[in-house]
Amino acid sequence: MDTVVLLLVTGLGLGALYFLVASGLSLIYGLMGVLNFAHGSFLTISAFLGWEVGRRVSDGTWLGLGLSALVGVAVGAIVAAATEFLIIRRLYERHIEQALVTVGLSLASVALFEGIWGTDPIYTERPDWLTETTTVLGARIPNDRFLLIACAVLVLGGIVLFLHRTRYGLIIRAGVENRHMVTALGIDVRRAFTLVFAIGGAAAGLGGVLASVYYGYVSAHLGSVLLIFAFIVTVIGGLGSLTGAAIASVLVAVLQQFANFYLAGTGDFVVVVALAAVLLVRPRGLLGRTT
Amino acid sequence: MTQDDLTGSTGATGTGAPARASRRRWLLVGGGLVAVAALAVLPLLAIDVPGVLPGPTYTPGTLQLLAFALLIAALALSYRMLFGLAGLLSFGHALFFAAGAYGLGMALDAFAPSDLPSGLAFTAAIGVTLVFGLVLALTVGALALRVTGISFAMVTLAFAQAGSVLIRRNPEQATGGDEGLALDITHVPEGLVGVVHTRNLYWMALGVLVLVYLVVLWVERSRAGHVAEAARENELRVRVIGVRPYTVRLLVFVVASVLAAVAGMGYLLLQSGAAPRIATADFTLTILVIVVLGGVGYRWGAIVGGIVYTLLDQRLTALAGSPAIEALPDVLRIPLSEPLFILGTLFVLVVLFLPGGIAGLPGRIRTGRRSHPAEPLETTDA
Repeated sequence: MDTVVLLLVTGLGLGALYFLVASGLSLIYGLMGVLNFAHGSFLTISAFLGWEVGRRVSDGTWLGLGLSALVGVAVGAIVAAATEFLIIRRLYERHIEQALVTVGLSLASVALFEGIWGTDPIYTERPDWLTETTTVLGARIPNDRFLLIACAVLVLGGIVLFLHRTRYGLIIRAGVENRHMVTALGIDVRRAFTLVFAIGGAAAGLGGVLASVYYGYVSAHLGSVLLIFAFIVTVIGGLGSLTGAAIASVLVAVLQQFANFYLAGTGDFVVVVALAAVLLVRPRGLLGRTT
Repeated sequence: MTQDDLTGSTGATGTGAPARASRRRWLLVGGGLVAVAALAVLPLLAIDVPGVLPGPTYTPGTLQLLAFALLIAALALSYRMLFGLAGLLSFGHALFFAAGAYGLGMALDAFAPSDLPSGLAFTAAIGVTLVFGLVLALTVGALALRVTGISFAMVTLAFAQAGSVLIRRNPEQATGGDEGLALDITHVPEGLVGVVHTRNLYWMALGVLVLVYLVVLWVERSRAGHVAEAARENELRVRVIGVRPYTVRLLVFVVASVLAAVAGMGYLLLQSGAAPRIATADFTLTILVIVVLGGVGYRWGAIVGGIVYTLLDQRLTALAGSPAIEALPDVLRIPLSEPLFILGTLFVLVVLFLPGGIAGLPGRIRTGRRSHPAEPLETTDA
């Protein structure tokens, strides 16, 4: 029982990370049809800059971590918005080229991070509480899992509130449904595009700082690893569906944890098999639109 | 498509092709033959291109690099058939290259203890690898092609990721894990082993490239190739005519994958081993970069892209370690000492400002048009 609880909570924690990356990916794809390969780089740069600021101000304390998170969110949002504004905007409606540009960006940025911060992971200091465990139903669960889950739930709630309670949220939802109609009604969707990139980047930025807490290190390849799973999550959940991304994140991560434990470390395989199965049975994903 | 494709198709249907087009076609064929002949005699000459090649062309180091460039060009050519001809954006092409390299490596390992004659064992190993590549391509293709567009890209990525994980995990010590797989030379013909025989390996790489080119040309000119092209442009119309794009796409997918496996076998022999890097998604992305850099609309674009990329990668790595770069301040030194940063930036610039790639350059200069000659002037929603 305690093993099951531990695996479940760890899976939820990992799922929280996946969701932070996948939510942005899914929104961006849903609204603009852009498959954003640079999303992992948004995460990595935020993790690095957040760590740099956090350790200079106050290493290994809550204040430092809070600052890291703030910096991470800000950096993610700014970098993502700048990417959209300066590069992707030039290629609207040319989806393959947009994906290619983000591929180039991700290759170049990972190389740049390696040049600046080296190829080896850098181990980070965390507040003491995060390195301890709490006993829940007999299972000793590392405390960082709770932080991850709480953050992801807050982000999910925040994005849902934003999408359903604000005017820009309305435009974004309408744009996901039918972009041409929104444009025809005289609304400038392009500002919504930049906004969606900024939101996705901010979520990924927070994800970057939290990933450095979860893994205990920052490295130039932090984003690339998470990005592949985030892609899988996005496709399983249904491209463009935020709720789908949330559900799929949890499913994929929990499945991965259980398979790793009970089926001799085959978590990655099981996830791939699950992706293939979902696509064959239901090509649009769990909550994707029918079109 | 491109001009030589147009002349090719009019020549093939034989409806009174104009004399100019037919002359142009013969010029192209002749030019190709001359280029292959020039490449073939390269190991016998001592051409030194400072800054581009590490040494004179007859030295093993330079030949090794050139042979590698030719194999990458062959791989890029097979990927161009998938991406450029059939419009299938696959993120799993590296899987088949790795299947060729690791498949042959493991087959040679398996045959090593047997006392079959070496020639027979080597041929059998190649045959086994080809069948393995074919079956793998059929399985992955049949599954992945049930979805299209971005989902297809994701499924292929997932399969490639599974392959990459499998290779790194090293089941029963078969793939060598992170260390890579060393070539077992028991049954490899003597002429293909060792530094002294690098020129044979170079000729083998050239042979692989020519073979891949001919197969790609054959598929593109065949009726299946035309259907694949038509399905890329307008799938609905192809369906209405009564043709199933699925079968044709699967054919193109399988042919491209087996060609990638052939290039992978060449890679194993050339490098005397296989590294797990060639199975990663990053490697597929590199091939994609090469194809786009060279020019998606052109067959020879993939070849030029492969050669330019490999040489650039090698030279930029050499440049990164040079004293001139070391002396620069950090702001300049760090970006310049990362070849992938320069290549990635170059790639972004090509996509943004040079949609035809390197191969599209002559056409752009000739016509003076700003857009890709094969692309209509697009209206964006901006």
